[in-house]
Amino acid sequence: MSAEARTTEGAIKVEGVGRTYVDAYGHEVEALRGIDLFVNPGEFVSLIGASGCGKTTLLRLISGLDKPQAGKLFLDGTEIAGPSHERGLVFQQANLFPWETIEDNIAAGLKARRVYKEKKKEVQRYIDMTGLKGFERTYPHQVSGGMAQRASLARALINDPKVLLLDEPLGALDAFTRMDLQDRLLELWGERGTTMILVTHDVDEAVYLSDRIVIMTPRPGKIEEIIPLSSPRPRSRGDPEFLELRTLILEKLHFVSRPKGPEYFL
Amino acid sequence: MSEKTEGRGLARAVPSERYWKPRSKAWVAAEGLSLAALLTVNLLMPTVQEVEDLPYRIAVSLGLAFLAGAIVVSIFNEKARSRLYHHAQFVFALALVLIAWDLVTEKSDLLPLPFFPSAAQILQVIVEDYEKLLISTAYSLRLLVVGFAIGTVSGLATGIFLGWYRQWGYWVFPTVKIMSVIPATAWIPVAMIVFPSSFGAEVFLIVLSVWSPVAYMTATGIAGIPKAHIEAALTLGADERFLLFKVAVPGAMPSIFIGIYTATGLSFATLVVSEMIGAKAGLGWYINWAKSWSNYAKVYASIVIMAILFSLVMDLIFKLRDRALVWQKGLIK
Repeated sequence: MSAEARTTEGAIKVEGVGRTYVDAYGHEVEALRGIDLFVNPGEFVSLIGASGCGKTTLLRLISGLDKPQAGKLFLDGTEIAGPSHERGLVFQQANLFPWETIEDNIAAGLKARRVYKEKKKEVQRYIDMTGLKGFERTYPHQVSGGMAQRASLARALINDPKVLLLDEPLGALDAFTRMDLQDRLLELWGERGTTMILVTHDVDEAVYLSDRIVIMTPRPGKIEEIIPLSSPRPRSRGDPEFLELRTLILEKLHFVSRPKGPEYFL
Repeated sequence: MSEKTEGRGLARAVPSERYWKPRSKAWVAAEGLSLAALLTVNLLMPTVQEVEDLPYRIAVSLGLAFLAGAIVVSIFNEKARSRLYHHAQFVFALALVLIAWDLVTEKSDLLPLPFFPSAAQILQVIVEDYEKLLISTAYSLRLLVVGFAIGTVSGLATGIFLGWYRQWGYWVFPTVKIMSVIPATAWIPVAMIVFPSSFGAEVFLIVLSVWSPVAYMTATGIAGIPKAHIEAALTLGADERFLLFKVAVPGAMPSIFIGIYTATGLSFATLVVSEMIGAKAGLGWYINWAKSWSNYAKVYASIVIMAILFSLVMDLIFKLRDRALVWQKGLIK
């Protein structure tokens, strides 16, 4: 399995990005400070870290749904100005349109870009690819969470994005469905060579899927360390090397989130 | 699943949700007997009021014939059978009420005339004055359709603008809010001055009564679209037209239909009242005209026709809603 299909497009450059927002209580929260990151075309990168480390904020900035207050973001050298189908986004909740059938949901991107007439046939291809055959005419609330998430994946992929942004897409699913979808994700990635940026809090998932793992720390959100993974895919979850990496990352995450010293003496 | 396997075993143990009354032959028998008694009482007891009973007797006989037909069909058809059993108690009670009505009116003169006529007399009026009633019904229907169509379309347009564009919402929504608490009929004096024809004034009042709830619920529905849906559409390459017509409007449909059926009820009330003031025809006009002659049987006749007409309109609205919101089926009860 390789990512050779498309390796010249889909480079993401993040340059000195900072983002502060005001939370529900009126406090200023510095979600990101001084983020520099380069994601190679066709690379699979995971962002991992404790909650509040800004990994979702970073993903939203790359998607263009949110704008940075400092720094700039680029896709293949062009500055990111707003959301675009070139950077597909898959949400934690499948977030399908409840009033459309599974089929129409998957076709939504084609319709939004007004290319549905020419590319109508694609829809069935993506339905088959994500194993949703037979559920074309059902509505989102009638299918399982795993199926909804597969439809959501198909909906993003049918636009043939250069970069696919995944915001904890498997976080709400049960362990078996999650592992199944991880394999499917790897398959799709191998076939297409789309750049993948995955936000997750599941260390196993990150180690199983990624070329590089970006460890982030909160308050303010910044990049702590980037760990390259070189072992070939498919990786075995029981492999000593796998377990070692997993332990290493867990320790790093634990260490950075541990208080620096005792705060109370009894 | 075939009808047979469903009917024999399960359906009897677990009655269907829609037809849940006991499947008792005794109640069907009681139903038949009570209808027969209704006919017998009307036929045999001497009538003390001046009434033409024939249409009423024909109607009750048709009821009996219909029941007989339903019993025959139910022997072969499982669905017809459950329906027959389910309605038996209700029709039984209805027949008793009609007998009592007959007894206190034309059979005894207990209730004062002309204010409380017998059912037979109301039916007699409908049959005798059908021409005028038919024209009135057509007038009312025309007024309702024209007013409702203009009101719904303009309400939708207003609501979409107010819900989608913040500036519009800021400036115009308070107006919609105020207008939605004022009964349209309060504007009758104004409408009569502004519009040269009474038809124009009536249409205006119905448009007003429909416009404000539709605009209000459309605006709140569109403003309440989850941000996540909008964001999903944006990352799929949506432009504003797509966001508005393929995301915001379909997502607001449940709310829009609440507005529409609120408007439907209000439009009925407005229709009747506005026809009472300046109209030359219509069911509301007919009531007013009959009242001036103290012909209460005609008042009731008009009310009966309204009940039927407005129920049909309501049914149509619900059918449209079920079709438009088919995606909600099973999502909410």
